[in-house]
Amino acid sequence: MAKLESKIPEGPLAEKWTNYKSNQRLVNPANKRKLDVIVVGTGLAGASAASSLAEMGFKVKAFCYQDSPRRAHSIAAQGGINAAKNYQNDGDSVYRLFYDTIKGGDYRAREANVYRLAEVSNSIIDQCVAQGVPFAREYGGLLDNRSFGGAQVSRTFYARGQTGQQLLLGAYSALSRQIDKKNVEMFTRQEMLDVVIIDGKARGIITRNMITGKIERFSAHAVVIASGGYGNAFFLSTNAMGSNGSAAWQIYKKGAMFANPSFVQIHPTCIPVHGKFQSKLTLMSESLRNDGRIWVPKKKEDAEAIRDGKLKPTEIKEEDRDYYLERRYPAFGNLVPRDVASRAAKERCDAGFGVGTGLAVYLDFADAIQRLGKNVVEQRYGNLFQMYEKITDDNPYETPMMIYPAIHYTMGGTWVDYELMTTVPGLFSIGESNFSDHGANRLGASALMQGLADGYFVLPYTIQNYLSDEIMTPRFGTDTKEFEEAEKAVTDKLSKLMAVKGSQSVDALHRKFGLLLWDLVGMARNKTDLEKAVKQFAELREEFWKDVRVTGTQDELNPELEKASRVADFIEIGELMARDALMREESCGGHFREEYQTEEGEALRRDDEFMFVGAWQYKGPGMEPALHKEPLNYEFVKVQTRNYKK
Amino acid sequence: MDLTLKIWRQENAQTKGKFVTYEIKDISPEASFLEMLDILNQQLIDKIEKPVCFDHDCREGICGACGLYINGRPHGPDSAITTCQLHMRKFKDGDTIVIEPWRAKPFPIIKDLVVDRTAFDAIIQAGGYVSVNTGGVPDANAIPIKKENAEIAMDAAACIGCGACVAACKNASAMLFVSAKVSQLSLLPQGRVEAKERVSRMVQKMDSLGFGNCTNTGACEAECPKEIKLTHISRLNREYFAAKIF
Repeated sequence: MAKLESKIPEGPLAEKWTNYKSNQRLVNPANKRKLDVIVVGTGLAGASAASSLAEMGFKVKAFCYQDSPRRAHSIAAQGGINAAKNYQNDGDSVYRLFYDTIKGGDYRAREANVYRLAEVSNSIIDQCVAQGVPFAREYGGLLDNRSFGGAQVSRTFYARGQTGQQLLLGAYSALSRQIDKKNVEMFTRQEMLDVVIIDGKARGIITRNMITGKIERFSAHAVVIASGGYGNAFFLSTNAMGSNGSAAWQIYKKGAMFANPSFVQIHPTCIPVHGKFQSKLTLMSESLRNDGRIWVPKKKEDAEAIRDGKLKPTEIKEEDRDYYLERRYPAFGNLVPRDVASRAAKERCDAGFGVGTGLAVYLDFADAIQRLGKNVVEQRYGNLFQMYEKITDDNPYETPMMIYPAIHYTMGGTWVDYELMTTVPGLFSIGESNFSDHGANRLGASALMQGLADGYFVLPYTIQNYLSDEIMTPRFGTDTKEFEEAEKAVTDKLSKLMAVKGSQSVDALHRKFGLLLWDLVGMARNKTDLEKAVKQFAELREEFWKDVRVTGTQDELNPELEKASRVADFIEIGELMARDALMREESCGGHFREEYQTEEGEALRRDDEFMFVGAWQYKGPGMEPALHKEPLNYEFVKVQTRNYKK
Repeated sequence: MDLTLKIWRQENAQTKGKFVTYEIKDISPEASFLEMLDILNQQLIDKIEKPVCFDHDCREGICGACGLYINGRPHGPDSAITTCQLHMRKFKDGDTIVIEPWRAKPFPIIKDLVVDRTAFDAIIQAGGYVSVNTGGVPDANAIPIKKENAEIAMDAAACIGCGACVAACKNASAMLFVSAKVSQLSLLPQGRVEAKERVSRMVQKMDSLGFGNCTNTGACEAECPKEIKLTHISRLNREYFAAKIF
């Protein structure tokens, strides 16, 4: 039986990473040239890892499903990136960023990993500025900061509402430089469909060339998965249309354990669902909560009148508005963490106070415009307001925005140790695709930080501890029985999908499954629903394989086939999410079990029984996966009940 | 609303393409343009026909993947948005909508409305970066940057690499795209060090890939979803001139 060894270095928290780096094994420059690394995905984590590894001298093969590495969905992150620079002199420190992240994650993340994340956060900002990332600046020429949910300091660096774009283009430029130098071989429109394992070690991948349909083999001394999260399982999410969990799922089936799959983040400020044909949801940056105030009508009859179009929000008097976050959480107000804000919105809407379709609340800028002037608000949020108006046809300068929670990010993912290596030797997982740093809830502006921390400053070190044992392994080809078998399995799966010739389109089945997932394993979960989910998802999986219709052929550009292969995996991921949520009989972070709440309706954590990482091991098709527990020991912080009231 | 769609269908790069007409009914004005195409594709799948291929990913106007030539305009009739942000409320019941791929020699058609834009990546690879390795860089606040310059650099950096500028240009010029990157990096002290080499290499690459020359018609600026300004082309020309003379 595989064992979970987290490999946390010895020593006091603040010295662990330094100790690790001082004692780890390295690979000398002459040997680096002889070692190949595959990186799957070119978002913040993948692009930064690929470029950093190539700069060091390793030979890198990078893969993405998009037509260019510049398009990965990291690009859509709006608000910003956290770092413990304390440029604002407001008492920030590495420890405070660490503490906020651990607390924000509801004490379900590893102390050592999170401390390291906070520690390297400052280097990320330095690196990005050196690359020419145009962060927002003050008139004196120094960097500006804003505040984000779950923090009482201003530590978020930003580039208008396009921080993710600018950071990704920074990493993409570093990657482009290495492509130019021929240290990185870039494969675009090439989707990884399986990992190849030889003698227990990850040795390569199988891909599909999405233009020709050709199945191809690639070998390397190590494989790094940086393929993002699985939020698109829900059909409607803020993820890109192509974002998928298939790389993470394939490695799970090959022995890499999957941790905390039920920990998904539901972002409180998305544009509400408007119609049946809707293909995706759009996020409105959390930064808006700096100046926007969230409310619903105090009286049910007002809410009803608004829903019927008889009243306008601007006609509701101040005293008839319920600023419910300010009311419930006076200390943090509109800047409570995402899970808390999302649940509070759901609570108000479920109680009948929702506006719009009934599943929406207001995010109001009238006060901010009065206090700061329209110009300042426009400077801070102009592009977000414009985006909102283009989608909804409402002008947020004049009428409050309507928002509602939506699936946004997955904290769960492939289990990794301190070195970011999975339970399969030589197979690494970085960025959103691993489970490591955010516990049960991620704080705003921390995803960009983690992606870049893993890619620029952590993996390029830790991977050498593994690769130093590989220097005697000469570069090898793909003519082995393991590659042949993996390729055959991929071809068989695709042929099987093509052969079903059923009656329902991939999207129709995905939508059906996604809505069920949202209903049963969404913002609030309970035992009955989760048991139902495990059963129904298994049935849906069968229905999918009996009745999916994939048009076109295998050997051409065929988006239907691409989607079918991903949705087949999403359904299985959903099943594991439900199992995990069922197992975890407590409420923590993004995971809210209705049975476990306080009298005030707040999440009730059960540390005595559930202070562990739940890592699932694949046991074969149709078999129940095995649960492994990695206990979380908090040596340096005092575990408390999260309190955003005082 | 009911619409007539004339869509460019082309099996692959080797075959010839043609317009195919589709009738589509009951489209909500709230639907996005790409959701309208999703509905069409669902109808084609129901009839066991091949759906229309088009590039798209984030569907929130930032990844730059989508790009359709709609009624003779890149990204359609609305301004300052990408195709995925275009909504059907911009059209009227009974309208005929002509949908084509980007048409430019350096962007060969792959299938239907999907084109190959790797030429843009090749231009960035020819110097569209600051040559710094990970680690060993100065503190982020070590070099103050004038707010005004940082803002103009950000205006330029907003480019999403969609290719609308090339599609809009009668010469298929990539000057606006190239100028956005050159401008961003030349305005920042970090990028100044290699400014001459960068502009020379990028322009040379652009020319060698078959992009045409700029004749100042300004179609690119008018169609750019991120409103990148022609002044960046002026800056590119200045930088190029300086690199060649001094």
